Amino acid sequence: MATLARASRSEIETLLGDPPDHDLLKAPETGTVMVEGRAGGAGRRFNLGEATVTRCVVRLSNGRMGFSYALGRDGRKARLAALLDARLQDEAEDSGLHQGIAALAAQQAAARDLASRKAAATKVDFFTLVRGS
Amino acid sequence: MYVAVKGGEAAILATHDLVAEARRGDLAVPEITVAQIREQQALACARVMNEGSLYDQDLAALALKQSQGDVIEAAFLMRAYRTTLPRFGSSEPLDTAQMAIRRRVSATYKDLPGGQVLGPTYDYTHRLFDFALMETEPQRAPSPPAGEGWGEGSRDASDMSSKTGANVSDLRDPSSAPSGHLLPQGEKDRAPLDTTMPRVPDILGAEGLMEAEEPPEGDPRPFDLTRDPVSFPADRDVRLQSMARGDEGFLLGLGYSVQRGFGGTHPFVGEVRVGEVAVEFVPEELGFAVDLGDVTLTECQMVNQFQGSKDVPPQFTRGYGLVFGHSERKAMSMSLVDRALKARDFGEATNYPAQQDEFVLYHADNVEAAGFVEHLKLPHYVDFQGELELIRRIRREREERLAQEQGAKEPDTMPEAAE
Repeated sequence: MATLARASRSEIETLLGDPPDHDLLKAPETGTVMVEGRAGGAGRRFNLGEATVTRCVVRLSNGRMGFSYALGRDGRKARLAALLDARLQDEAEDSGLHQGIAALAAQQAAARDLASRKAAATKVDFFTLVRGS
Repeated sequence: MYVAVKGGEAAILATHDLVAEARRGDLAVPEITVAQIREQQALACARVMNEGSLYDQDLAALALKQSQGDVIEAAFLMRAYRTTLPRFGSSEPLDTAQMAIRRRVSATYKDLPGGQVLGPTYDYTHRLFDFALMETEPQRAPSPPAGEGWGEGSRDASDMSSKTGANVSDLRDPSSAPSGHLLPQGEKDRAPLDTTMPRVPDILGAEGLMEAEEPPEGDPRPFDLTRDPVSFPADRDVRLQSMARGDEGFLLGLGYSVQRGFGGTHPFVGEVRVGEVAVEFVPEELGFAVDLGDVTLTECQMVNQFQGSKDVPPQFTRGYGLVFGHSERKAMSMSLVDRALKARDFGEATNYPAQQDEFVLYHADNVEAAGFVEHLKLPHYVDFQGELELIRRIRREREERLAQEQGAKEPDTMPEAAE
């Protein structure tokens, strides 16, 4: 679900292919989640502010339920992600779908890694005449 | 005498048309898109998300477009929209120690674990115009950068087949520094940053030198000022929520006042960090935490001077700021005022505005403030008629009184009270 939350609608669409028959148990709905922080990073909880979230629950014709929750307001993405979530539960671990998810996850990890390397390029190397002392 | 009047509908409809025209500006200039604002005016979007108290970059960009860049009007749009949405619940508290760091600097330790990461910042620019930005670059517009370099995160990155130095020329310093600077090449060879970086106050805390920051007994749910009325003295959770959605300019001014002596702290930036943090939420029907995706956050930890008592040895004290998006000035201001507002907790005098929670919390909200200030524009015809009638009567009575006194006295006295 974490991977799907970060994936784009078109990525999910491509991976899912033709949407399977399903019932909408909970139609795509946009609401908010109040995001909490902690004072000082680890102390008392406080409300930082809300974030938009869209969720959806589907049931495939075989009875399998799929859920999706992700930041943003994309209802169609939420529905497709819920369908994919349901499909994934029925598929073997080495199926094409799971491999597709793994590929998406790898792509997201690579993007994070690149961003981190770019940030690392701005890391300060201090030097003095007595470096390392 | 006041007579009720109706009217103005036609005028109001016409002003809607006119403001739409004013917003659009010169039709010869292409219309700006929401995506352009989201991608290219991200700092303005961050401010709108903070003051609108709603994290949604697309909506923030739309709000800015709709309000012609008026940040407070845009925040108002966000607040209004928020009220139409159901709330699914509260997230798990964010763990900023797990932040995917883009920027992290400390003014207290040079060689802190994880290092000083400057990230994207205007701090080291010369504040000289980059007139190259006046030129649009049509050759870059149509093709999303793919493959190497900046574009790797792009959705349709086929792969890294175009591994050439071709777009090195595109790697101009994104800051407004004078053009011609290239990013250091070979960023791919750089190791990524550490996945978790210790928060600087925690380093001091390990030595016992820093005021401990622990959840109170039972880790209670925070107060929510959007649901319940605030009372004073306000607890820390209320103060932090209020400041997180408060006006950046107001908090900046208060923070500045504290530094200048109206509150008596001149702290060190223990750390400022900017980056992405995952938001986790436990839906009722699932019963386990679901990762909703990442939000960009800025966190500031101020290290302030000592406080101690006969039971506790002297320790540094903290000020904390946490905000949506890349908003360092806001996070820093918030942490200054957070520390100032702790004055009462530490038994310090509360002589200055920044130390008084009622003053700060009641005036930090710019949507409320703008509403009350700007409501003065609305018709006050009846009130004003009343005032007008009153002042005329007072003046009439005064003149009559003066005339009587005048008549009683000898005629050569100057009427000195008359102005």
